[in-house]
Amino acid sequence: MAEKRLKTGSDFTWRDMEVGNIITEAGNAVLRKTGDWRSERPIIDREKCNKCGLCWLYCPDAAIEPLNDGYYETDLFHCKGCGICAKVCPKEAITMIEEEEK
Amino acid sequence: MSKRVGLEASHAAAEAARMADVDVVAAYPITPQTHIPERLAEMVADGELNAAYIPVDSEHSAMSTCLGAAAVGARTFTATAGPGLEYMHNVLYVASSMRLPVVMTVANRALSAPLSIWGDHSDAMGSRDTGWIQIFCQNSQEAFDMTLCAFRVGEDPGVLLPVMVHFDGFHLTHVTEPVILPEQEKVDRFLPKFHYPFALDPDKPMSLGAFAPPDIYPEAKIAQEVALRKSKAVVIQEFDEFGDTFDRYYYPVELYGMQGAKTLLLTMGSFSETAKIAIDTKKNKGESIGLINLRLWRPFPVEELLQAVKNTEILVVFDRCISFGGPGGPVSSEIRSALYNEKEKPKVVSFIGGLGGRDMSVKDFEYVIDQGRKIAEKGSNELFETVGIRGEVTGTRG
Repeated sequence: MAEKRLKTGSDFTWRDMEVGNIITEAGNAVLRKTGDWRSERPIIDREKCNKCGLCWLYCPDAAIEPLNDGYYETDLFHCKGCGICAKVCPKEAITMIEEEEK
Repeated sequence: MSKRVGLEASHAAAEAARMADVDVVAAYPITPQTHIPERLAEMVADGELNAAYIPVDSEHSAMSTCLGAAAVGARTFTATAGPGLEYMHNVLYVASSMRLPVVMTVANRALSAPLSIWGDHSDAMGSRDTGWIQIFCQNSQEAFDMTLCAFRVGEDPGVLLPVMVHFDGFHLTHVTEPVILPEQEKVDRFLPKFHYPFALDPDKPMSLGAFAPPDIYPEAKIAQEVALRKSKAVVIQEFDEFGDTFDRYYYPVELYGMQGAKTLLLTMGSFSETAKIAIDTKKNKGESIGLINLRLWRPFPVEELLQAVKNTEILVVFDRCISFGGPGGPVSSEIRSALYNEKEKPKVVSFIGGLGGRDMSVKDFEYVIDQGRKIAEKGSNELFETVGIRGEVTGTRG
């Protein structure tokens, strides 16, 4: 994930705004921690997982990533905690647990 | 050679769009629409205009389509009126904040209920804060001229904002007047091909219209506000350039009659021409009187207004719209606000009339001037006065 500190909104004055607030680097959400408002996080239990990949298919935010060994892991940098992966998992291998205060 | 032809303001605006060689016209073709898209559709069908003509299912779609077209760098035009303008209301804000220089003519019409699409400024005033540059026209010639200027101003690389050209429904849109149409070559010189510097390009992907959380939204809006305010200088410069090319000069605030007159009447749109006849009549009687035709509505020309009312004792402001429950007519409220902190300022009297197509005659404007003067001299408890309304209107302060 992003190594150096990314600029956030509060780094910009109004003079720094692009005309029309255009984002000139398309797809830069990959660098942005867009999942930091999540209230629950998915935990995958490898004991129950049968590597079917439904969680990866259904995730609306492409926040489930396939691993080389056939299992899956969650990208908590972008995961919003919607819980769809847990709902669709036929083995009930994904549990949503509450995020705790940082 | 330029030619002088009889045109209603609708057809004059369509001619301007044709001579501007617009690339895309997206419009909803049914009431409250005017003859502008109808004429443009003919032009495209007859091969007089090489443009994509996109008839859409609503004004909301019309403006949304215009955004897409402008974002790829097309010279984009649409026209609407009254309720149609209201129907695209939220998309108007998107056009200005995304800095897409769409040009739109608005036939100013009343808003229902009771059902009316007659002339009125309620639609324009409802769009006041949408972030568009807004210009008012007095006649068909100006509808043509201001539409050309709108492209030039909006597309200026230092501006990049959408522009609304307002002219009165029916009084202008459906009335044939002599209009001078310039040579195409002169128009091409005044209005070269449009190059939008941020046009969508598959080789240079960008994100447009992203969302802004509270830590950046206010900065985005202030940047937009500064851009709109700065556009006034370009409007003035392009009006001059237009004058140098076509020999008709325009200004944000236009003073008619006496410089430094004791009483000034302020009007917008086609009624300014009627009011001018009233001014002439009164001037001939030896009265110290003049008229301000407020042409540029947004950005509001504060400095030019202050300059115009220097030494003026009474300023009578005529509104064709009610700001329901407000402190006066919408234009007069803004003018009072612009003058409030000035040491030397005229007394402002707010008049409301000409609603929903009700005519204002020369006599009516003479009444407005006389009555306005009387009220300014003896003072009044009313927030605004009315003209041509049956039955006394009092207790406006509540």
